[in-house]
Amino acid sequence: MKFRTINKKVLRLLAVLVPLFLLFVYVALQSGPLAPVPVTVTVVEKKQISPVLFGIGSLEARYTYRIGAVASGRIRTLNVEGGDVVHAGQVLGEIDPVDLDEHLSAQLSGIKRSEATIKTTEALLHEARAKNEFAAAQAKRYELLQQARAASAESVEAKHQEAAIASASVSAAKAGVNAARQELASLKADYQGMVKQRHNLKLIAPVDGLVTSRAAEPGNTVLAGQTIIEMINPKYLWVDVRFDQLQTAGLKAGLSAQVTLRSQSNRIFSCSVQRVEPLADRITEETLAKVVFSALPVPLPPVGELCEVSVLLPPLPAVAVVPNASIHRVDGLIGVWIIEDSKLHFVPVRTGATDRDGNIQILGGLKPGATVVVYSKSELHAGTRITIIKNNPKGIPL
Amino acid sequence: MISLAGRDILHGWGRFLLTGLGLGLLIGVTLSMAGIYRGMVEDADVLLKNSGADLWVVQQGTLGPYAEPSSISEDTYKGITGMQGVARAANITYLTMQVREGVRDVRAMVVGVVPGGPGEPGQPGYLIAGRHITASHYEAVADVKAGFALGDSITIRRNRFRIVGLSRRMVSSGGDPMVFIPLKDAQEAQFLKDNDALLQQRRRTMDNPLFNRPGVPGLLEAVIASQTTNLYVNAVLVQLKPGYHPEVVTKNIQRWKQLQVYTQPEMRSILVDKLIATSAKQIGMFLVILSIVSAAIVAFIIYTMTMAKIREIAVLKLIGTKNRVIASMILQQALGLGAIGFVVGKIIATLWSPYFPRYVLLEPGDAIRGFIAVMVISVLASTLAITAALRIDPAEAIGG
Repeated sequence: MKFRTINKKVLRLLAVLVPLFLLFVYVALQSGPLAPVPVTVTVVEKKQISPVLFGIGSLEARYTYRIGAVASGRIRTLNVEGGDVVHAGQVLGEIDPVDLDEHLSAQLSGIKRSEATIKTTEALLHEARAKNEFAAAQAKRYELLQQARAASAESVEAKHQEAAIASASVSAAKAGVNAARQELASLKADYQGMVKQRHNLKLIAPVDGLVTSRAAEPGNTVLAGQTIIEMINPKYLWVDVRFDQLQTAGLKAGLSAQVTLRSQSNRIFSCSVQRVEPLADRITEETLAKVVFSALPVPLPPVGELCEVSVLLPPLPAVAVVPNASIHRVDGLIGVWIIEDSKLHFVPVRTGATDRDGNIQILGGLKPGATVVVYSKSELHAGTRITIIKNNPKGIPL
Repeated sequence: MISLAGRDILHGWGRFLLTGLGLGLLIGVTLSMAGIYRGMVEDADVLLKNSGADLWVVQQGTLGPYAEPSSISEDTYKGITGMQGVARAANITYLTMQVREGVRDVRAMVVGVVPGGPGEPGQPGYLIAGRHITASHYEAVADVKAGFALGDSITIRRNRFRIVGLSRRMVSSGGDPMVFIPLKDAQEAQFLKDNDALLQQRRRTMDNPLFNRPGVPGLLEAVIASQTTNLYVNAVLVQLKPGYHPEVVTKNIQRWKQLQVYTQPEMRSILVDKLIATSAKQIGMFLVILSIVSAAIVAFIIYTMTMAKIREIAVLKLIGTKNRVIASMILQQALGLGAIGFVVGKIIATLWSPYFPRYVLLEPGDAIRGFIAVMVISVLASTLAITAALRIDPAEAIGG
């Protein structure tokens, strides 16, 4: 009876101690350096990938017109505001002409005076011609009289002199008329010049377009060349995009692209690369390109809005491809962990292009069909015990 | 031969087990405390290891980039790449900040890396889900501790980033999870002011007659543009070519580039001896106190257990049992109690360690040292009880 009681107690004690010890062994083996590292694996496949170049840029107008004064002055009127649609030739504003209008009136009076002068000189010419004709007739008459011995030689000579003087007067009167006409032409040319100067003070839209900014207000004094009105042609918008130089291999004009505007992140606009700029940005180490829309977004987004641009490159020839998560760097070498005969080995590889989904080309060191480790719960080393988790595209469960 | 200790344990086995369980909880706390200390040092180590660098090039006279702010021009790396012995050099920025995801925000260390592909310096070492960054903007790889899932959209300053990969054990020396984003975005995040501050700055510049001169059109715009550009990074991570000694390359860079360079042991010393020294000492001090308290409690438990058996021991003495047998009984019980306590402690420390907000590293070496310490403490504690037991007068068996 007593033996049975003790035996029962031993069993009870063991019932607690044995599971406790087993739990201890399990815990010791499942945590710390003895525990196997869960990994997921994939088989290296030969397939095509289409690299995508990703850049950011801003929506810019292809043509921007900065309209300003050609001479320093004060702004008299401005007829447009930012956002106004204007037509080619429309007067957008005017610089104060100061005394230019008065100068124009004076010039006009000068022209009229000059026209009157022409009439005076023409009358003088008529008079001189009349006198000349009379003097010439007198001279002829006295010659006949001399032949009839009715006039003295002296009087004939006097009449000849009068005729020569009258002829000279005609030449002088003609010259006077010419001078007056030239004077008028000069005054008219001056006047035309001033009219053009006056016209130049008007700010005129060079094309049909949209006013984007009004940089000064009436009353402001502006310098020659200073922008007063800025306008763009909204039909010609493009994306000024910047690509990190590390990722510009294959970028060229004509490639199709997708643009997402920051304000409409759920819409994708179809575009194409218009040109790759011949000059890169030395400071930011970026390559610049221009991307044009196949069809302009409606409504038109504001110029300067941030855009994300993805340029789709043509598919590359099929080679061995692995997820980029499987690439590791061990002792200065880039490579992958492969599983051969249930053992982990590190194999150095040469990598190629990557696509947006994180697939990376393996150009050497690995053949299709090999089993490589993709995700691991901790860092791997040669000889690390591993346990493979199958069919888990979401990664390692925690 | 009958085991006196075994019989006594069987006699009160429930009480014995409960005492062992209680002791185990105490030992579990002590082991966890040791694990927290080891975890802090490990966090510093993984930070160095994850950066993948052999050398850190930082601003002259600073202990950057982890322990002090450091900023150097972003084109510095070009000159360093060309130096003898340098295999790769990559710019990097570190910024500890709040990262927003929906309505919640997470304290994280945002690391700006050159998106040059896996294996480059500064890139996350291994992933547990998703992929590495492939775009040069607006993609992020986050440590799983940040609580983000693949496809989540997080906000850093004014930009939104999509989580494309998850890593594990990528933490700062303070235990904050790391979020890796492309370098240019990180530079913007680090140095870009908020919109209100930018507007205020523009207004101040406009009001400054030096910059807003009527006779110099375009000057104001140029000044404002120059105020918002940032061409700085926190450090350049350098990987060496095989066969080059870090000290030699360090000396060359320091001499010719006038920059501060740290090797791995130096950086580890900065992190462990300077950055986490105070908190590590704090934990260490607490660990010492906890060990003393645990030892004292073990001693008292065994002493009380022995004192509860005064009458039995007196009877044993009365029937002529040798002192050696009695001492052995108490010692065996103490060792048994210590062993159960250790097993329970180790189990619960392992089970609850994943739930700590910071990493708890339970090293097997610590466990072995802990086991030896528990046994030694049990032996020492039992001496008190043995002394008391041997002093018991056999007459007490029939007395009081």
